[in-house]
Formats: sequence, structure tokens, C-alpha cells
Amino acid sequence: MDLYEYQGKELFRRYGLPTGEGRLAQTPAEARAAAQELGGTVVVKAQVHAGGRGKAGGVKVATSPEEAEAHAAAILGMEIKGLAVRRLWIESASEIAREYYLSITLDRGAKKPLFMFTTEGGVEIEQVAARSPEALVKLHVDPLEGFHPWHGRALTFGAGIAEASERRQIERVAAQLYDVFSGCDATLCEINPLVVTKSGELVALDAKVSVDDNALFRHELVAAMRDPEAVPVEERAAREKGVTYVKLDGEIGVLGNGAGLVMSTLDLVAAAGGRPANFCDLGGGGGAQGVVDALEVISADPQVRAIFFNVFGGITRCDEVARGILQALEQITIAQPIVVRFDGTNAEEGRRLLAEAETANLHPEPTMLEAAKRAVELAGLEEK
Amino acid sequence: MAIIVDNTTRLVVQNLTGREGSFHALRNRAYGTQVVAGAAPGHGGEDVEGIPVFNTVREAVAETGANTAATFVPARFAADALYEAIDAGLGTIVCITEGIPVHEMLKLYQYARDRGVTLIGPNCPGVISPGKANVGIIPAEIFAQGSVGLVSRSGTLTYQIGHELAQLGLGNTTVVGIGGDAIVGSSFIDILGRFEADPETEIVVMVGEIGGDEEERAAQFVSEEMTKPVFAYIAGFTAPPGKTMGHAGAIISGSAGTAQAKKDALEVRGIEVGTTPTEVAQLVAKSVSP
Repeated sequence: MDLYEYQGKELFRRYGLPTGEGRLAQTPAEARAAAQELGGTVVVKAQVHAGGRGKAGGVKVATSPEEAEAHAAAILGMEIKGLAVRRLWIESASEIAREYYLSITLDRGAKKPLFMFTTEGGVEIEQVAARSPEALVKLHVDPLEGFHPWHGRALTFGAGIAEASERRQIERVAAQLYDVFSGCDATLCEINPLVVTKSGELVALDAKVSVDDNALFRHELVAAMRDPEAVPVEERAAREKGVTYVKLDGEIGVLGNGAGLVMSTLDLVAAAGGRPANFCDLGGGGGAQGVVDALEVISADPQVRAIFFNVFGGITRCDEVARGILQALEQITIAQPIVVRFDGTNAEEGRRLLAEAETANLHPEPTMLEAAKRAVELAGLEEK
Repeated sequence: MAIIVDNTTRLVVQNLTGREGSFHALRNRAYGTQVVAGAAPGHGGEDVEGIPVFNTVREAVAETGANTAATFVPARFAADALYEAIDAGLGTIVCITEGIPVHEMLKLYQYARDRGVTLIGPNCPGVISPGKANVGIIPAEIFAQGSVGLVSRSGTLTYQIGHELAQLGLGNTTVVGIGGDAIVGSSFIDILGRFEADPETEIVVMVGEIGGDEEERAAQFVSEEMTKPVFAYIAGFTAPPGKTMGHAGAIISGSAGTAQAKKDALEVRGIEVGTTPTEVAQLVAKSVSP
């Protein structure tokens, strides 16, 4: 789960990290009031789960409440990388002397947390890594040992921080950031830029935090930060029904049992010349109700012109899935043709049940490859 | 021979008294696996269809000589159960549980490794050595005995490929589902190394998917350390960046972890990559009967 900047900063403050003072605003009037309250120059920042906000025009400086209101009116409703801006963070402007970068991520390869620190902040870290890798200090932390003060020193001395007070502040921020990372079950904590103000103070000017969904049960405060409107409507409906669903932008609805098999099915659809409309995994069970719920979500997508239902029976039994399909067809109107491929446990029985039902828009196919081709074909026919 | 589980496996099932635990333990036993004990706190002295249940794994090991654990403990309590199994001295642990927090796994990975324990999973279907033992939730009837080693990050996709191989008359020494999470106890390299050392395994198939760089590391390992032919399949060419595709580990972050990058890394090291599950089985079949 990705947090917005203002939510990340809220966590930062709980762990003692220095952040600028700010307010959340969801209307231009609120932005104006926030600027008034804060006084002086403020920065109006779009809150979306995407980088490159500044370039997209989603970050503006305002020297008066009126200007803040005008900027807010312009930014709210704007789309940044396909995401609509519905929230703004209004923050007192900092007088920036230098911009650094500090992050902790999960290094999957090393299976350890990884610190990255550079004095070349304010730009994308990939650029720094490519352009001047020697300026990027990388440091793993043993997850069983956790953070020790020497980790902080390795970062600051490694990056050539000369001034003692600045160095100690960064070391403290590194320790605090590690506490956020481990204390909140985060998979990413990034401060870019971490600025040194003209008066020599450190401020986390941005906050990018992602938290492990599997650990939300023990972080009520973070779990409550989820913005249900940040995901597409279909995904929300699916989540409520307990179906794993990801919206894509094609015309072939895809569902199956098992994440790997469904990913493979998407690839076969693409190879056959179609575009998948979604990823949908029934999971291990594949009971009748799960099938009904998933078909309901997929068929409701107006872009879907054909559905490809791909099941490999293991613990999931194909006859039970077939009953689910027939039940769904009784309960809801599905206009799109459904191509069904069964293999594995009770596949023959499942195919027999579908055949006996004599339903016009069910199209059984013996293999994944043939089924993918058929689904693409049917989606094309629908168009004419 | 086979790897990880075989005729010498003596299994203790953690949370044997739970619905999933009992269902699969009994299936594993019906297949011929020696399921010697269950562990479930507060259920000591009970039995599940003749399988004795102990309060602690330590007791189960002392009383039955168990050497392998299968873990069906719910996610919130699974990390604790895995520490218990490691501390009880078990050398092999297969964790089926889905949804264990990744920070727990960071620690467990290190803890198990430091003690020389083979941890498979979490969030995996298990391990089967056809004709010898089945530990976990893999439907055994799909797989035949043979000389192909199969290692995969996905469950159903493994069944699909095992099924395609069986249709072509090919069986397996061992099938290992390593799991779809970001941090798992055993990576491709760990399993590939064991297949390389196993005299009965002649060919290996690895089934990867988007996310992380384990396939790229495996490609290097195969070209530098292995003499046996390896074939691969990768799922997720059409997956968009930033979206988790069902598995916690299946996510393209930034420019890393794409299926194309993995395919390229494998092919540049001379490993053939099938474009469909059917094709990878055909590649294997062709290599055994030229």
C-alpha cells in the first residue's frame, strides 16, 4: 500500500523526523485557509501515488493565500500519470541550501534492507545511479541485528559530509527512518529531497512510503490511511467481494485459478492478437460463489467484449467451477461470450456440465492456446 | 534419488488440527508420505486419523523422529511457528502459509540460513518427489516419475507444465514450488544447485514470473555452475509496471523485473525460453529424443 506524501510525513513526525509544517486541503477554499494559517510563502503540492509531480505542474509556490487558492483550483482535478488529483498538501516553504537523498528499501536480491544516500538529491535516484554511481552510498542492514549508529556514520562519511552538526543530524534522521521502516512494516521509505536549510536545519521535504499489505493487521493507523478512491471502481468492487482483480485496458476479460497461470493466460491472449482487460485470480478455492462474484466484476466492465475462463484443476475441481459458471449465468446477465478451458481434476465432468446446459454464449476449448485464439476471434466478431 | 523430500522424509505437520492442515496431511499420507506427527498447541494427546498430535514441535521430534515440517499455520502466527520448527532442529521446512509480513521473512531467511535449514516457501504449493513423497498441497496425480527437475514460483502454472510434460511421456524427479512472495526461503539458485547434484535429474525446467531478479541470477548460475540442460518459462509479459499481479513478489518496480528482461538474461546465457507452457514442454521433449 502506497501512502500519500502527507501521510508519510505524519508517520515521519511520529518517529521524530523533521518535516515542514503543513495542512491538508481538498478544495481551493481550504487551500486558502491553510495558507492563511501557515503565513508567509507556501508550496501547494498535488497528492497522488506517482512521481514527477513537479514536472506535471502539480507543485506550485504561492506567496499569498489568494495565490494558493488559485493554484489549488488549477491543480485539483488535474491528472498526473492517469491519476486524478483530489487532495493537496499546503506546506510552509523552506529556504533550501542543499538537497540530499535518503532512502531505505527492501533489497530482494540480498534479502536485506538497503540504505541509499547521496548529496545529489532532488532528482530521480535512477539518474544519480546511472550518471554518478560513486556519489551514491549503498549500505545493507542485517535484519536480525537492526540499525546501529555506525550505519549512520557509514552513510555520512561515505558521502563526504564535512560539517559536524549537519552530519549528526543526518545520522539521527537515518536512525529514525530505519525505525519508520521496521516499525511500520514498510517496504520503502524515501526522502527526496532531504534538504539542508539556509540556517543549517534538516527537513524531509518529501515522503514516499509504501507499507506491506500483509502487515496492515498490526498497523491500524496506517491501514486507516488507505484511500479507497485511489483504485479504479472495478478493483474496489472486486476487493469488497474478496476477488483478486487488476484492471488493464484491453477488451478480453481474463480469469483463472492461480496468479502464475493467469499471468500466462494474459500473455497468450496478447500473443493471439488480443488485449487483456484485466487480471483476475480466483485463488485456490474456486468455489461456485467465487466464480459468480468474479464473473460479475469482469462482465460489468464496458470495455470487455469476450471472456476467457482458464482453469487448471488441482485442489480446485473443474466440475465445481462449471457449476459456478452456470449459476452465474442464471443470476446475472452476461452479454459477452465466455470461452472456457478446463484441464486437470474433473475436467471432463466440468465440460460435460457446460455442454448439457446448452447455453449459447459458452465456448469450450481443449487447450489454452486454442482458447486464447477463440476469445480474440469472438471479441472481434462482437465488434461487427 | 530426488531432492528435499523422499522415502526418508518423516513429516510433522504444524497446525495438523486445522482444516487445511488435516485435509492436506491426509492426502500427503495417502500418497505414501510418512506423516509421523502433528503439532498444535493445546491439542497434545489427540490424533488426526491415527496421526499423533503434540503440543510442541520439539516433543513431536523427540517422540517420532520427525525430520521435516509442513507449516499450515495462519499468517499472523506463522513466523513464530517457523522459528519453533527451526529451533526444534528440523532440517527441512515447507511453509504453505500465504500472507506472512515481509519483514518477518527478512529475519527468518537469515535465521534459517545461519542454521543450515532448507526453508521452502512461504506462500508455496510444496514439494513432491513422484513415487516417493508429497509435502504440501500439490495435486499428486498430475505428475509422473521421471528425470526432469521442475522448480517454479507459481502453483497452478507448475501443474500446467507438469501436465504438459506428462502428456509427452515425461516425468519428474522432484517438483519444487518455491513460492510467489518477495522474500522466500529458497531461491531458484538453491534448488538448481540441488538438481545439479542429484544423479537422477537429467534436465531442469524453471518457471519464473515478473518481479525481482532471481531469474537473472539463476541464468548466471546455470551458465557458470551447471552441466545439465535447463529450460525456462516466464509469465507476465503483458503485466504493467507498478501493479501486483496476485503474488506479493510479482510486481515490476521501475525498469526492473520485467518478463522481457528475464527472458533476455536467460537467452544470452544459452537457456532456451518457451513462449507458452506447451512450448517449454515440447523443448524438453525434443532435447531428450533428438
